[in-house]
Order: sequence, then structure tokens, then C-alpha cells
Amino acid sequence: MKQFLEKEQLNEKALLSPKIRMEHVTNDVLAPMGRFPSLPWHIAFGIAQTMVLFFLVPVAYQMFIGLGKFGIMNPVGWGVYIVDFVFWVGIGHAGTLISAILFLFRQNWRTAINRSAEAMTIFAVMVAGLFPLVHVGRTWVAYWLVPYPAERSLWVTFRSPLLWDVFAVTTYFTVSLLFWYQGLIPDWATARDRAKNKFFRTVYSILSFGWTGSARDWNHYERAYRQFAFLAAPLVLSVHSIVSFDFAVSLIPGWHTTIFPPYFVAGAIFSGFAMVLTLLVVMRKLYGLEHYITLKHLELMNQVILATSLIVGYSYMSEFYIAWYSNHEYEQFQFLDRPFGVYKYCFWTMITCNVIIPQLFWVKKIRTNIPIMFVISIFVNIGMWFERFNIFIISLHDDFLPASWGVYWPTLWDISVTIGSFGVFFTLFLVFSRVFPTLAMAELKATLPSPSNGSRLHGHHESDDAHSGQEHGETKQASELAEVH
Amino acid sequence: MARISVPAVLGFYDDAHDLLDVTERARVDEKFANLDAYTPYPVHGLEDALGLKRSWVSTAARFALLGGWFLGFLFQSWTSAIDWPVNIGGKPFIAWPAWIPVTFEFGVLMASFTNLLCMFYACGLYPRPKTVVLSKRITNDRMVLVIPVKGDEEERRAVEFLGANHALKIKIIDGFDAQRQRLIFRATPMTGEVTR
Repeated sequence: MKQFLEKEQLNEKALLSPKIRMEHVTNDVLAPMGRFPSLPWHIAFGIAQTMVLFFLVPVAYQMFIGLGKFGIMNPVGWGVYIVDFVFWVGIGHAGTLISAILFLFRQNWRTAINRSAEAMTIFAVMVAGLFPLVHVGRTWVAYWLVPYPAERSLWVTFRSPLLWDVFAVTTYFTVSLLFWYQGLIPDWATARDRAKNKFFRTVYSILSFGWTGSARDWNHYERAYRQFAFLAAPLVLSVHSIVSFDFAVSLIPGWHTTIFPPYFVAGAIFSGFAMVLTLLVVMRKLYGLEHYITLKHLELMNQVILATSLIVGYSYMSEFYIAWYSNHEYEQFQFLDRPFGVYKYCFWTMITCNVIIPQLFWVKKIRTNIPIMFVISIFVNIGMWFERFNIFIISLHDDFLPASWGVYWPTLWDISVTIGSFGVFFTLFLVFSRVFPTLAMAELKATLPSPSNGSRLHGHHESDDAHSGQEHGETKQASELAEVH
Repeated sequence: MARISVPAVLGFYDDAHDLLDVTERARVDEKFANLDAYTPYPVHGLEDALGLKRSWVSTAARFALLGGWFLGFLFQSWTSAIDWPVNIGGKPFIAWPAWIPVTFEFGVLMASFTNLLCMFYACGLYPRPKTVVLSKRITNDRMVLVIPVKGDEEERRAVEFLGANHALKIKIIDGFDAQRQRLIFRATPMTGEVTR
């Protein structure tokens, strides 16, 4: 068991400065929670709140007059609302991937970023969930989506992929929330024990559920945490797969393909990491967390973005190849329509932002340059939005009969709602970054190098126990280190 | 039901290696019973050093997963084939491949709730306005080994043991519930402190 600890610390040395102690983590992470928000925060919050209006006004208007203002028509019945929905669900994939899959693969660098990435996941899925609710038109009866014992004893149709989607997204949201909250419990306890007045002590005590840090509790906690990771890992992969079934199970050319589930999941991880990067680059600066979210962390995330960019690029090419190989007239037309048809600019925006620009991350200088990676991450977000737009709109607008073809463009109302959804998301994230512990303190502490390297006990051992020469050497080194500090 | 409350000696450490070594020695070499430790983060190997059993929480979650799958599948079959069968294009009423996604999701949902609630139950966690803690530094940067002792003789032995093993601080408190192997924080405040 000691070997395990040492190995863990070796991995971490490249990521975190060996000088960081447990109390530094506590102080630095809790500091923003205890002080009045700074001016940059107020400005950002003001902008985000203004953007929320861009969401609320069109949606309220739509409640009165119906969906007509929103550009959707025949044959394009799924417009920007569904594009936004799938875009935001995709954004919401990075968090649980980081917290579950990277946990199972023992990637310790996740500890610095998992809390904020999971928060981002939860907020992104919340924003995503708004779109189907308003898109159904009569939002006040949206509860018809779930099976409940209705007065007409009707049930929902379990044979429909749209219903699978309801289950997938709500389950994903709930499980992400529970998983996130479990991770928060020890950190609320830290906040509770450091609270300056009775009010906050009471609030944090309630939030921490009376956590005391007993090894017996940690034993259950760790087991439950690992079980959550095992549950959440296939869940992450299932959610966007099921979202892609909405399309893949239909017969529309460009949608009816078996590559959709992995293609969607890769795209989701791609866009999710880009969004995490966009947020973290700002957050680490704003809250002085540069020691914890280091350049190495950002570089590792850029590598994930690069890898998923390649998968996404491969999927694009594969779609074209299969269209040609299938000898299916409508499919072939669809894939000529995308790069050369009415929406060609959307297609080339997607290719540029998703496949070409991320290739810059092959260069280490660019991968470790913060302003450049920030810009690239925004390009990736734009590209992924256009990817959804391409898949949904272009496939629908020219399907089978030329007589029923049509061209769809989002109206100003659609664009307003899209901008507004970013406002809702940023508002939630800004509130989170103020009132929650933004780093998983307990997990981060577990990956720190030990303060004394066990020198006290080993020093004691020397006198009454015979020890190997190697361990003596270690002891000496450790005591020297202790003197330095 | 009367609780058997015994005093306990606390040894403070700031290093996981130290805590692991000293815990192992206290339990194996010195034969102290019902040891507990308090740490700011999960220290790997501490459950072995304390001789704790594997937690049952994840097993409960796995059963819930299977139960959720079973119930989810059953519910879909019941609504679609028994309660109100609807013929859609002559497809079978129990179109089982179409039910896999919902079945899977439902099982995961049940397992997650079970997992978290069982964890809360096992650790005795519930929202409370006041939490009494052994030391406010446990959630920050200190690790505490708790040695419950039965008499003055054992108490002296525990203090000596922790002193010899370079504890940063040693404290004696009243109120370790030996029956439930938990500290009774509320009933008894700390009584004494031995500073080296």
C-alpha cells in the first residue's frame, strides 16, 4: 500500500508543485467563497444576466403566439432548438467523462479539474433540457413526456427513440448530480470547519451532512465513489448514443447511419473538453488557481481535444465514403449537398473549426500557449455547433422528393434564444464559481506529495529496528528536505 | 440502551505514511482494539491498516442495478403489451430491442440512488445544522489516530505508544462508543490534553 502512495505522488510531481501543502489547497480554494466578488466577476455576471434576457423574452413570446416565429417549416421541422439541445448535451459530456472514465483509468490529473467540469456538465444538461421543453410548444404539458398513470390510462410509447432520449437525458442529469454531490460532501465539511460565522457554519454543516472524515466513512465513501464511476462510465457513452438514435433510427438520408453513436460521443467529448478549457482558462486566472490548474493540465486537455478532433474528422470522412460506397442515390445527393449546396458555408465552417484548426495542437508551443488555446477552444465550440446544424438541417431540407424541398434559415428569434442559452449557462457557472468549492479539495490533497515523506517515523525506526540501506538513504533525503522547508 | 462509553487517546499526524505505519503498529504489534482514524482525504491502505471489512455499499448498488433492469423491462412490457396494447404497423407488442435503452438507463438510475443513499446510511450522514468534530483541522490538514482505551493502564500505554511514534500532538477524550465503534461527539467534550 505504501508503494501505491509513492507511485501516485511521482505521477503528480510533473503536474503540481511539490511545495503545495494541504493547508494551501484549503486556503486557496475556500478564499473566493469567503470574500466579496471582484469587479471582473460582476462585469461577467452582468453580461451573462443580460444574455439570459435573450433567452427569456423569445421563449415568453413563443408561449403566447406559438412556434411560428421560430423559422421551423416544412420540411425542416427540427430547427435551431434541436441543434442547441444536442450541442448542449454534447458540452455536458466532458464532466462525467473526466470524473468517471478518467478515474477508472487512474488519471490523477483529473483531480484539479473534475469539480468544475462536473458542474459545467450539470449546467450544460440543464440548459439542454430547456430546449425540448420549449420545443414541444405547449410547455405546460411537458410532463406528458414521462410515463405516469394518466386519467386516460394512456402510456408513452417505449418504441420511440424520442422517449429513450427523455430517459437518457434525465438519468444522466440525475446521476451526474448525485455523483457530483458525493464528491462535494468532504469539501463542504472543510468549508464548515473553516467558516467564520455561525450562519455559514450551519449552512455548510447541513450541506456536508455531518461529515467527519472517519476512516470507516471513507471506506464506504471510496467504495461508493468507485461504484458511481463504474455506473457513470457506460452512462456517459450511452447518453449521446441515445441522442444520436433520434436521428439514426429514422430513414432520412444523412441520418440513417450506424456510425452515429460513436461519432456523436466523440463529438460530445470534443466539444465538452473545449468548453471546459474555455471556462478553466478564465477561472484559474480570476480566482488565482494557477498552481492547481497548471499548464500541464491544460496541455493534457488539449491532447484530448486533438485526439477527439481526429476521431471526429475520421467520422466525417467515413460518412462520405459510405455515402459513395452505398450507391444509395439520396444518400449520395445528401453528401454532395453538404459541401456544395445552399449550406456550404456552414459545412466548411465545421470542417475548418473542428478538423483543421485543432491540428495546431500538434505543436507543443501552441498546446502550451494559453491565449492561443483559448481562441482554439472557442473555434471548436463554434465548429461543433455548426456540426449539429449540418447534420440536422441539411439532411431535412432536401430529402427525397424535390417537390418538398425547402430552405431553412434561423430567424432572429432563434439566434436570440441560442445566445440566451449561453447566458443561462454562464450565469449558473459564475454562481457556482462563487459559492462552491471549485476544486475537489479532498481528492487534490490525496495526490499531493507527503509533507515529511514519513521521515519522523523512519527516523525513529533507525534506533530500534534494522532497516535496509535504501530506506536509510530515503530518510536522509527527507530530513534534508524538511530542513529546507 | 445504554452506550458503553470509554475514553480514547488521539494522536495527530500530518502525513499519510506516518499514519499508515502507526496504525498498523497500533493494531498488529500493540493489539489495541477498535481503532479509528480521521483523515482529510481517503488514505489508500488505511482500511487494511485498521482491519476494516470491504464496504457493502457497492454490492447494494449492484443489486439495485439488476433490480432496476428487471423492473424497467417489466414495466415497459406491461404498459405496451398488457395495460394498453397499441398496434403500431403490426410490430410485436413486446418489441424488446427497442426497450434496451430505457431498461439500461432505469437500472443505472436506481443503482445510483441506492449507491448514494446506502453510503449516507452506512456513514450515518444526514443534514444536520450542527456537526461536532474531533478537531477542525481534520478536514484541513491533520490526520488523527483514535485509540479507545479501557483503563488507566491502557491509557498510559496508548499515550506512550503515540509519544514514541512521534505524534505531533496527543489528546485524551471521553466518549468512544466501543459498542458501535464510533465516537460520541455530542455527549462528551474533550477532557484532557497531553502536549509533548
